[in-house]
Amino acid sequence: MWVRHLQVVSFRNWAQADLALRPGPVVLVGRNGEGKTNLVEAVAYLATMSSHRVATDAPLVRHGADQAVVRAALRRGDRELLVELEINPGRANRVRVNRAPLQRPRDLLGLVRTVLFAPEDLSLVRGDPTERRRFLDELLVTRTPRLAGVRSDYERVLKQRNALLKTARMARGRAIETLDAWDGHLVALGGELLAARLRLVADLAPHLASAYAAVAGEGAVTATLGYASTVPAAGDGSPRPSRGPSGAAPVPALPDADALPDADALPDADALAAALRDRLVERRADELDRGVTLVGPHRDDLVIHLGPGPAKGFASHGESWSLALGLKLATFALLRADGEDPILILDDVFATLDAGRRAALATVARSAEQTLVTAAVLDDVPEELRGVRVEVGGGAATVRDGTASDGGGSDGSVAPSSAAGAPGGGPEEEGR
Amino acid sequence: MYEGAVQDLIDELGRLPGVGPKSAQRIAFHLLAAESADVGRLVSALQRVQEEVRFCVTCFNVAEGEQCRICRDPRRSDDVICVVEEPKDVVAIERTREFRGRYHVLGGAISPIEGIGPDDLRVKELMTRLMSGAVTELIIATDPNLEGEATAAYLARLVAPLGLTVSRLASGLPVGGDLEYADEVTLGRAFEGRRRIDA
Ligand SMILES: Nc1ncnc2c1ncn2[C@@H]1O[C@H](COP(=O)(O)OP(=O)(O)O)[C@@H](O)[C@H]1O
Ligand SMILES: [Mg+2]
Ligand SMILES: [Zn+2]
Repeated sequence: MWVRHLQVVSFRNWAQADLALRPGPVVLVGRNGEGKTNLVEAVAYLATMSSHRVATDAPLVRHGADQAVVRAALRRGDRELLVELEINPGRANRVRVNRAPLQRPRDLLGLVRTVLFAPEDLSLVRGDPTERRRFLDELLVTRTPRLAGVRSDYERVLKQRNALLKTARMARGRAIETLDAWDGHLVALGGELLAARLRLVADLAPHLASAYAAVAGEGAVTATLGYASTVPAAGDGSPRPSRGPSGAAPVPALPDADALPDADALPDADALAAALRDRLVERRADELDRGVTLVGPHRDDLVIHLGPGPAKGFASHGESWSLALGLKLATFALLRADGEDPILILDDVFATLDAGRRAALATVARSAEQTLVTAAVLDDVPEELRGVRVEVGGGAATVRDGTASDGGGSDGSVAPSSAAGAPGGGPEEEGR
Repeated sequence: MYEGAVQDLIDELGRLPGVGPKSAQRIAFHLLAAESADVGRLVSALQRVQEEVRFCVTCFNVAEGEQCRICRDPRRSDDVICVVEEPKDVVAIERTREFRGRYHVLGGAISPIEGIGPDDLRVKELMTRLMSGAVTELIIATDPNLEGEATAAYLARLVAPLGLTVSRLASGLPVGGDLEYADEVTLGRAFEGRRRIDA
C-alpha cells in the first residue's frame, strides 16, 4: 500500500499541506522544527488513530483551530482508497472512506497499515510495560480489526470494575455484590485479548529473530520473545520454545507460522478466560484491599530476551536500539507476510544508526512498496533511499520528483488553496 | 454574555441533555422571535408535565395519576414483568406489540463510574413485586451495552432463588447501543427469541 496524495489542514504546525507522492522511497528533508515529523505523524494517525508522540489528540490540532483534517488517497494494488479524517479533540472523530461516512471512527482501524520507526521506539525496550502492551494491541487491531471493539470494551469494563473496587470499602450498600456481574465481561473480553496476544507473540517471534540477526550482524546472540502474564496459564515471560535446533544460528524467518506445531499448542480464548476467572477468585481479597483490578491483560508485559536473559535492564544502548529496530522490522515482515506491504515510516532515525544498522534498515526500506523517511539533511539518508524528495521549510512542503513524468512536470508542489475544504477537490481528483 | 433573562434562558437550555452552548443560543433566539402563542403552548406543556406527570407508584414508568396506563390496564397479564432502564424503553417495546405483560423501570443501569449501584435503582421495589407471587416470568430488557449487560447479570443472580423463568432479549440488537434506537422489527424479534438465563 502507498500514499498517492496526502493533504492536511490545521494539523500540528501546518495550516495546510498538500503532497502528491509516488511509491518507493520518499524523503522529507528540512531543518528541525519545520514539520517533517508532523506530516508522517498524520499518515500514521490514519492507521492507528493515535500519535506515537502524544497520548491525546489536542496537540495534533493547530494552535487556534478547533479541528484538524487529514485526507489521503492510498493505493492498494490497482484499487484506490480515499480516507478523510476529522480530528475533534474531546469529541468523536469523523471518518469517511471512499466518501461514505463510517458509523464508528474505529471502523477505520486495519484499513490503512503503517509501520513507524522513530527515536521514541527505544522505550519499547527500555520503557514501561504500557509501551509494549500498546505496541502489541495496535498491531493486533491492525491485523484483526474486530479486536478494536474487544480492546475498548475491555478498557471500559476495567474502568467500571476499578471504580467499584475503589468505592467497595466505603460501605456502599450492595454495590460490591455487583462485582460478579462485571467479572463475566472482564473474563470473556480478557480471555479473547490474551489469546490474540499470545498468537501475535508467536507469529512475531521468528520475524524478530531474523530481523535482529540482520540488524545486529553476524555472530550476535538471538532475540526472542516471551509473554509475562498475571494469568499464569498465559505465560511467565520466558522465551517461547525455539523453533530451530538450540544454539544454532539465528532462526530464519518462517513465512508459514501456522504450520508450526507449537503455534497450535497455544491456549484458546475460552481456556484463558477460565484461567483468568480462577486467578480473579484467588486475588479477590487483594483486589478489595488495593481497590484495583490486579489480574488481566492490562497488567501483562511483552518480554524481549537477548540470548539467555531479558533485554530490559541488561541490553546495552546499541543492543536496545537494534532490538527496537528489530521489533519494527519484524512488524513490517509480519504484515508483509499477511499479504500486503504496510507503509514504512522512518522518522529521523538514520542519523543515530551506525553503518551496519543503516544498511540493514535501508535494504528493507528499499524493498517496501513505499517508505517515508524524514531527515534534517539528505546526507543522513542512505543513497539508495534518495528517491522522491519533499523539501519542508517555511510552512511549505514541495515535492522534487527527480523521476517525475506524471503530467504536472517535475515540480510536484500543489497550490495550497486548491483543495482545502471543498469536498469536490483534494486527493481523489489527482491523477484521474 | 447576554442580558439577564436571555442569558438565564440560554443557561437553562444548555443544561438539557444533548444541547450544547451553540444550540442553546440558537433555541433561545428562536423562542425570542417566535409568536407568543407558540411560546405559550411550550410553557403550558412544561407546566403540565411538572404538575401532572409523575412516576407510576408500581412500575416507575411515567404516569398521569398514581399508576401508569399500563399498570391500570386490566387486559394485560400479571404473570410477566419486563425490566427496562428508562421510560423511553417502555415506549420502544410497546411499539413492537410483542409484549402484553407489565413493566418495571429501573431508572438507569449499574455504572460505578457514575456512582450508580443497585441501591440507586428501583431494585428493591422490583424484588417486592416479584415476591408478591403473581409473577412467573421476568424478562430483562436492559440496553445491549456493557452496563446493561452487567445490570442484567446482577438481576439474574439476585432473583435466582425465587425460581422464576428469567430471560434476556436475544442478541441481534445493535451491540453497544440503546434499546430505543433499535427498530421495531429488530426489537420485536429480539423479544420473541429471548433466551433463558439460568443463573
Ligand atoms: N498543535 C500545534 N500547533 C502549531 N504548531 C505545532 C503544533 N504541534 C507542534 N507544532 C510545531 O511543530 C514543530 C515541530 O514539527 P516537527 O514535525 O516535529 O519538526 P521536524 O521537522 O523537526 O520533524 C514545532 O515547531 C512545534 O512548535
Ligand atoms: Mg522530526
Ligand atoms: Zn406502571
